[in-house]
Amino acid sequence: MQNLDSRPAPYVKDQTQEAAEEERQWEATEVKEADHVPDTMQTPDVPPPTPAKDQFQEELVIRPLHSGDIYASFQFRTMWDTDFLRGSKVSHYRLFPKSLGQVISKFSVRELHISFTQGYWRTMQWGQPFLPSPPGAELWVWFQDTVTDVDGAWKELTNVLSGIFCASLNFIDSTNTVQPSASFKPLGLGNVTDQRFLRYAVLPREIVCTENLTPWKKLLPCGSKVPVCLMFDALMKVASSQSFRLSYNTSEVCITPICAMCKSTVWELRQTLNVVFDLHTSGQGKREWSLFKMFSRTLTEACPLASSSKVYVDGELFELSPTTPLLSQAVVLGDRRTYSVYDLTNQATFGQTRSLNMLLRWRAAESGDMLRPLLHGERYVAGYGLQTGEIHTLMYNNHPYRAFPVLLLDTVPWYLRLYIHTLTVTSKGRDNKPSYIHYQPSKDRLRPHLLEMLVQLPPNSVTEVTMQFERALLKWTEYTPDPNHGFYVGSSVISALVPSVVAMDTNSTRECPLFSSFFPCKEESSYFMRVYTEPLLVNLPTPDFSMPYNVICLTCTVVAVGYGSLYNLLTRTFQVEEPSPGLAKRLANIIRRLRGVPLL
Amino acid sequence: MGLLSDPNRRRALTKLLTRLNAPICGMPVDWLVKTMQSRGLEVFTQSFTRKLPFPDENKERYMVRGTNVYGILRAPRAPRTEALVLSAPCSEGNNNNQAVGLLLGLAQYFRSQIHWAKDIIFLVNEHDLIGMQAWLEGYHHTNTTGGDWSPLQGRGGSIQAALSLELSSDVITSLDLVLEGLNGQLPNLDLANLFYAFCQKIGVLCTIQGKLQRNDWDTTSGYSHAAQTMMLMVLKQASGRPWGDHGLFLRYHIEAASIRGINSFRQYKTDTTTIGRLLEGMYRKLNNLLERLHQSYFFYLMPSLSRFVSIGYYMPAFGLLAVILLLRALDLWVQLGASPPGTEDGPSSPGVLSILTPVVISHMTGVALYTLPILSQEMAVQHFPVSETEAVVLTAIAIYTAGLALPHNTHRLLQGEGTEEGWRVLKLVALLYLAVLLGCTALINFSLGFILALSLVPIAAFITPHTPKALSAAIMVLLSPGCTLLYCVFVFQELQETPVSLQDGWMLFLSVISQGILDHALYGSLVYPLLALLIYPCWLLLWNILFWK
Repeated sequence: MQNLDSRPAPYVKDQTQEAAEEERQWEATEVKEADHVPDTMQTPDVPPPTPAKDQFQEELVIRPLHSGDIYASFQFRTMWDTDFLRGSKVSHYRLFPKSLGQVISKFSVRELHISFTQGYWRTMQWGQPFLPSPPGAELWVWFQDTVTDVDGAWKELTNVLSGIFCASLNFIDSTNTVQPSASFKPLGLGNVTDQRFLRYAVLPREIVCTENLTPWKKLLPCGSKVPVCLMFDALMKVASSQSFRLSYNTSEVCITPICAMCKSTVWELRQTLNVVFDLHTSGQGKREWSLFKMFSRTLTEACPLASSSKVYVDGELFELSPTTPLLSQAVVLGDRRTYSVYDLTNQATFGQTRSLNMLLRWRAAESGDMLRPLLHGERYVAGYGLQTGEIHTLMYNNHPYRAFPVLLLDTVPWYLRLYIHTLTVTSKGRDNKPSYIHYQPSKDRLRPHLLEMLVQLPPNSVTEVTMQFERALLKWTEYTPDPNHGFYVGSSVISALVPSVVAMDTNSTRECPLFSSFFPCKEESSYFMRVYTEPLLVNLPTPDFSMPYNVICLTCTVVAVGYGSLYNLLTRTFQVEEPSPGLAKRLANIIRRLRGVPLL
Repeated sequence: MGLLSDPNRRRALTKLLTRLNAPICGMPVDWLVKTMQSRGLEVFTQSFTRKLPFPDENKERYMVRGTNVYGILRAPRAPRTEALVLSAPCSEGNNNNQAVGLLLGLAQYFRSQIHWAKDIIFLVNEHDLIGMQAWLEGYHHTNTTGGDWSPLQGRGGSIQAALSLELSSDVITSLDLVLEGLNGQLPNLDLANLFYAFCQKIGVLCTIQGKLQRNDWDTTSGYSHAAQTMMLMVLKQASGRPWGDHGLFLRYHIEAASIRGINSFRQYKTDTTTIGRLLEGMYRKLNNLLERLHQSYFFYLMPSLSRFVSIGYYMPAFGLLAVILLLRALDLWVQLGASPPGTEDGPSSPGVLSILTPVVISHMTGVALYTLPILSQEMAVQHFPVSETEAVVLTAIAIYTAGLALPHNTHRLLQGEGTEEGWRVLKLVALLYLAVLLGCTALINFSLGFILALSLVPIAAFITPHTPKALSAAIMVLLSPGCTLLYCVFVFQELQETPVSLQDGWMLFLSVISQGILDHALYGSLVYPLLALLIYPCWLLLWNILFWK
């Protein structure tokens, strides 16, 4: 279980699939089966030969969600075959953003993941996202094992990143940083999994807006000048205006070292932007979308720097208006889907009008039943009153017959004093003993609680983890400016290897080679998944900061100052101090004393 | 604020209302689920069962089984940390269909808005307060009164504010705001201000305690009108029961109020659209809140919707009453300290036992009054021709009356005669006990504490064994907690402008007792245990002093 998500898999993949998959998807699911290739399919076999050591790829995936909403995921990948860390300083930057490169070399960062999210991914309505992230800002970093002062580097790094991304990452300090022992493993190359070099922090309160997207966009080589980026630019413009109909958006940056053909280390920078458009507020109930409707713009050309630039549309539920001959099939998150591919590097895609505006119409009025997400989590605070409370975390395993283990990571701030002896894990009414518990108690004003557990979820069940806590009374300067809003507790993280739905499909009528099905265990039989629960808002006992409180504070101050000075005056004894005699006089006095003459 | 300006939407609402006006058997759970889902909400249900300790004859229920339906409107780009609740009770026979229709119409309209920053929960609860109690306990995973409910599937974070909507008639001329909640808790005054401000803005007649505001403050009639409104509020608050579905939210520190549509047969009529606009305005205001409502008062009395009496004004009145008790106690203490030199030894030797016995016995009577009515209802029903509810109430009254015979029985247990010091010590204990009791009660529920202080402080101050027995006994009985309750019933009816005859008043009194016991069993109201376990024994101590031998 230690290596839940660190599978240094050989990075050889078909180009189209690789692009269609999401960042973390490759480590869990390897697609072995040949594509379902129609006659007209022309799959580019290998990436175009790149003389330069860096390359840039961009793509957009559009997926309908069963609630009628639309999920659009932009991804930009920059790869650079260089070494930031050893010997000579890298000074010539082409596609890779210099600001990040310098950060990597200065702080000896091995892996960096940062995400800014607004809204909460509704797993039960939307299914799984390609890349999950918690509301607010999340940052986790693996440092090189050569770093001696990890805490110092982490502090400096958060401050630098705070400047780069115009976010409040500088609020990350020891009270919200943890070192998870098992939940976050390096995704890229490297075999050091010592948690001493890992730092993880979440800021659930961080409010994400356009000012975070602008620096994010500046990291792209094409800036906002060209196609997918262009669209993204439009998106940002609308995002800033009031009339926008987004349900969820998240932007992320991940830097990982990967191996290219496993000959050399390549630095990979992935930037993703995920957006969900709301059907109800924008479409007036009509299940029809177009690129123009979503982004107020159409596609006109590809980024000239990009080695591949594609738009994937999940075509199983959609009728696409300019159809494309290209099809691609991928198993993403345990679900096999067929995507229509628009290659933007190909001029024919844009047609006569020199612009591409896809029209997406739902095939049937009834979109059928959604595949229930196999794993999802929920969290809430139980009880009433301002003294104690109880945190409940619910984990649902919706698989009909397979049990699987999950890793639960809970980070609770110190001002909720957890009673760890009240920790109970129950599923199906029975006690469920976790096989691994890593608990680090909090220290007031220094570090948060960290609880990691490995729990086996029985099939088709709800597992409930409960823990009581006491609300601490803070010092009065420690309250936020809006103390009656409540205090945030970050999302808990549930990581799991989930049995694939594709593997669940025991339908033997599908055409596949007979030799491939001796054993049902396939490479894709399970996939890695991370689920974030909602953050909590907890009210702490708060003094009334209004007039009476101010009056008390003011009176106390006045009394203290007045009484203090008066007391000082009354008790102090005054003495007249003679100025100390000069050096010559003292010498003279010594001589006089020796001689027995009266002193001067 | 363009609610229902769109003809399509108005037509949809009309359709809903006509569908709801058709006679329905119980709550149409499936239909509600489907309707809410089609409006783009996440819909969940919760089923609950509840067996009442004895049948509730007012609402004709004993074994309650029901389902709550609620739909959550997820705010776009919000992380599910905060929520607002709009609820409408719906149950068989209850003619609240207008409210449910309006709730669904609002849900559809709110869904197409984009400015929501908090999730909005639209709740249709069955069996009014019992359903609400089940839902709130399910939401917060507590179980204070032993109900049986299924756990909730969907939540929206911590609830910031809630409104409950009750439109009992098709024609509505004014809206009444109900604030009094469980145990006399009140929501933040800003919620009332918000309601009042929007009513003024939209031009809806709004009332509190069913009474309109008058502008002639200076005149005697205007003053008495305001005083009557405030007295109604005092009586309602003192009863400690939730006066609307909102009442149970207050325990969870959720600001809540009920809005009740009233048909008072005026010319001016308020249509559903106007109420919808009012609610939209209030929810948008609540949606914009960065913090919970906390800036304004939580302790207040309202003589009209736009004016209030704050805690700083009414607390001194109570303080002056309580000071009488303390001064009396001080006086006794001085007397006790001064007398020993005059008399021979042993003033305190009979003390401990002679003081402890009446204290223990009167508290035992209190425990009997608290437990026996419900425990012995079966036996009573077997031997007497009464229903369960009558049995409970009459047993309570019987035990209460039997307590009057105590002084004569207490003395049989005592070895010696009661001494002069004996009753003084007992009275000192009783005075301090009463002062602490009333002080604590007034802090939690001012009205209850004040009413009890008004009736108990005079007798506590003046009672001695040397006063004329018959007259004092009559006064004491007339000022006992039970009789105070009876007067309150009559005064309340008088203030509500529905005076009752003595016979009806007595029936009402009986039903109030049964309701009090039920409120305690169902929602955890503290008034019945307070009266039975603490106030009544305290009164018995004073009764003991009167008959000290």
